[in-house]
Amino acid sequence: MNIIIVGCGKVGSALAAELNEEGNNITVVDVDADKLNDAAAKSDVMGVVGNGATHLTLQEAGISRAHLLIAVTGSDELNLLCCIIARKAGNCQTIARVRDPQYSRDAAYLKKELGLAMVINPEFAAAAEIARVLRFPSAMKIDTFAKGRVEMMKFRLPEGCPLAGCAVKDIAGRFGCDVLICTVERDDEAYIANGDLVFEERDVISLIATPKNANDFFRKIKYKMNSVKDVMIVGGGGISHYLCEILRRSGNGISVKVIEKNPKRCDELCEALEDVTIINGNASEKAVLLEEGLESTGGFVALTNLDEENIFLSLFAKRVSHAKVVTKINRIDFDEVIRPLDLDSIIYPKNITCETIVRYVRAMKNTIGSNVETLYNIVKGKIEAAEFHIKEGSPDIGIPLAQLQFNASVLIAAILRGKQVVIPRGYDTIQPDDSVVIVSNHLEMHDITDILK
Amino acid sequence: MNYKMVTYILGWIMIFEAIFMAVPSITAVIYGESALWSFLITAGICLVIGGLLTMKKRKKTTLYARDGLAIVALSWIVLSLFGALPMWMSGAIPSFVDALFESVSGFTTTGASILSDVEALPRSVLMWRSFTHWVGGMGVLVFIMAFLPLSGGQNMHLMRAESPGPSVSKLVPRVRTTALLLYSIYFVLTLLEFILLLCGGMTVFEAMNTSFATAGTGGFGIYNTSMGSFSPYIQIVVTVFMLLFSINFNSYFFILVGKLKEAFSLEVKVFVFVVVVSVTIITANITSMFESVGEALRHSAFTVGSVISTTGFSTADFDLWPELSKAILVMLMFIGACAGSTGGGIKVSRIVILIKGMAKELETAVHPREVKKIKMDGHIVEHETVRAVNVYVAAFVLVYAVSMLVLSFDDHSFTTNFTAVAATINNIGPGLELVGPTCNFGFFSVPSKLVLIFDMLAGRLELFPMLILFKPSAWKK
Repeated sequence: MNIIIVGCGKVGSALAAELNEEGNNITVVDVDADKLNDAAAKSDVMGVVGNGATHLTLQEAGISRAHLLIAVTGSDELNLLCCIIARKAGNCQTIARVRDPQYSRDAAYLKKELGLAMVINPEFAAAAEIARVLRFPSAMKIDTFAKGRVEMMKFRLPEGCPLAGCAVKDIAGRFGCDVLICTVERDDEAYIANGDLVFEERDVISLIATPKNANDFFRKIKYKMNSVKDVMIVGGGGISHYLCEILRRSGNGISVKVIEKNPKRCDELCEALEDVTIINGNASEKAVLLEEGLESTGGFVALTNLDEENIFLSLFAKRVSHAKVVTKINRIDFDEVIRPLDLDSIIYPKNITCETIVRYVRAMKNTIGSNVETLYNIVKGKIEAAEFHIKEGSPDIGIPLAQLQFNASVLIAAILRGKQVVIPRGYDTIQPDDSVVIVSNHLEMHDITDILK
Repeated sequence: MNYKMVTYILGWIMIFEAIFMAVPSITAVIYGESALWSFLITAGICLVIGGLLTMKKRKKTTLYARDGLAIVALSWIVLSLFGALPMWMSGAIPSFVDALFESVSGFTTTGASILSDVEALPRSVLMWRSFTHWVGGMGVLVFIMAFLPLSGGQNMHLMRAESPGPSVSKLVPRVRTTALLLYSIYFVLTLLEFILLLCGGMTVFEAMNTSFATAGTGGFGIYNTSMGSFSPYIQIVVTVFMLLFSINFNSYFFILVGKLKEAFSLEVKVFVFVVVVSVTIITANITSMFESVGEALRHSAFTVGSVISTTGFSTADFDLWPELSKAILVMLMFIGACAGSTGGGIKVSRIVILIKGMAKELETAVHPREVKKIKMDGHIVEHETVRAVNVYVAAFVLVYAVSMLVLSFDDHSFTTNFTAVAATINNIGPGLELVGPTCNFGFFSVPSKLVLIFDMLAGRLELFPMLILFKPSAWKK
């Protein structure tokens, strides 16, 4: 795929290296020739000096042949402008990094009106990742679909789990839970869950549910999620703002405490957030941390702007408490030094941004030449999930799912209708303009009709 | 230096050299020549050593700029050493230093020969000489990059070290695709010339040799009279192609993708201007020596094309021409071809940058506070590039001076020594007086030949790859 990356900062150059490694042709655009030289010395990419929001520069970078433009300059406005120009100048998809919470709240509108394929907010992405770690520390893997709106959790059934011996269709009856089991992996085999499948101990199952229903389900099957009850967040920047919102929305009553030393910022947070304890204090003072109950907290998240401080605080938290510790680190370069330290989870916001974009590009690459919008690997080489857009006149519209004649190995995992996510039941129907996530082991799905008998 | 990676790439160089030997071997089979064995034995040696060197898995594939420079220099030395073997083993050239001179002259597309009678050589050896021009013209590492999936961005260091010109840019994002594109253009142009030469009545053997030697802007002839004995049509075809091969290959790429404005860059315009002016003056200067103006024009165009493209073919003995013409030709030797072509010399773009730099310095002398940047085709020439060009010229003069000094021990005339160094360091071939178009380099002493061998390599690789070998710290791990 031909990809143009505008902005050759840390994220831009990391993306260039990563995407180039995966066999894409990368052109990097930046105003700074030195940065481009560095990037070109590190990986096999071409640099174009100039302002990526100008038609001329994009032309020079080969916009007419590009499949994708990724705008990751330091400025939100420039990124958006790049994407608009690129849409007009060529026939390519666009991804913009947008940091400002004011804009990112508009993400859906921007995407629709400006024709962006993806709007990525690095701070929000990092916060979502931290929230996942805190909420569900023992999950093996969490995949997100439909641009983050649907989560698929994968975990192994423990021994002595009440779910063993129960058939998939009986879950609702026996546990009264609204979850959708997607796949079951057992002894190197992977199955798409149909109603008659019976669980066994040590199965690896993946399921889709809202966070609330998922919590409910896990409690009932006595699966220890080790999820954190109370969290202490140090630093009140963008990430912690988003993190508070996400944790509160997930609705499993995590109590959140934020320690921030700038009184003005404390006021702002206090105005914006509810049900959050905001402490105005300097977290690098041992006394403040201990006074606020560091020793007994369930989770500790270090989100200050200084990597060194985050590492110190996390190490201290590990020492005095049994908390699940999450450390934010901005600089990736000295990974080797940090990894051997006794830290639980390290979050690199820049890496998360890169990974999210790389994942999108991979999915996009897989779907060239078919009706699939995005494609994900659930079990490598065995089961895939694909997202289809339903067009007017599709043969499956309006018929309750229970009456549709599916291929045996297909499962409708989610229906996306506007902003709403429907976890489908037998009586649900597919409507025009929906997007449908389908899990299947039939690895070559090109159109929604492929799944019908 | 990353020795493992260096030996790995050298291994591939040898394997490719063995593959290249297929061309003369087939020629030897067709003409039933005994030289076949020397080619097969050399190819065998190359395959064994190359196989051993490439067998080992290497852990660290990182290459730094200095590795790139060293790999390129060592590759060319290895290539030349093994390229000399068959000429020496077959008995075509009895002295190994002479064979090495011939081989280096071939790969560096110089075309300077130590032979007084090329027609006596076996045809397979002639084919090998011409084929080395073709391989050396676009660069052997560029060739390897086009076909071998060397991973990582470090390839750019190799490409930069091997490709001529003050700054090397890619045509498309990937080095490999760029290399493939360049070789495709190169191949198609060569093929085109081959067909046009066949139409002019050349035999397949003659046409192949001539088009290889023109494409690489090499200049090894297969007759003692170089191109003099061929028809005017063929001389004109060769003139045109010599000039085509000395234009920046990026221009052809831009023409292919329809960006005509980029294709006719300042460098190309200056190149064409220099050629036209030189041909006009020389034609006027030599008209009295020929029967008609047309004939004078043909010879002057051929010679100017041959010298500025640094090919070194000849149709007439320009050593006998008037001093004005000779002076112009010697100057053209230094200007050389465009950057990014197969030609040698200092390169037109460097000359343009030098002159613009000089003009800028003059301006600042008048207006000391003036802020001024050197621009080419609307783009600012980075200060680094300007500095590199200045240093290049300084290094060029230094190498030139030292070479002259060593050659002077042989006690030949100043013009001979001066043009001998000019003809080798600029990869042209013939010079003036004793090394003129009808003469050869055979009479030089062994030390002088070694110096000229170094000059040819240094000229082709643009000095720094060869010079870095003399810097001890570059050899450290």
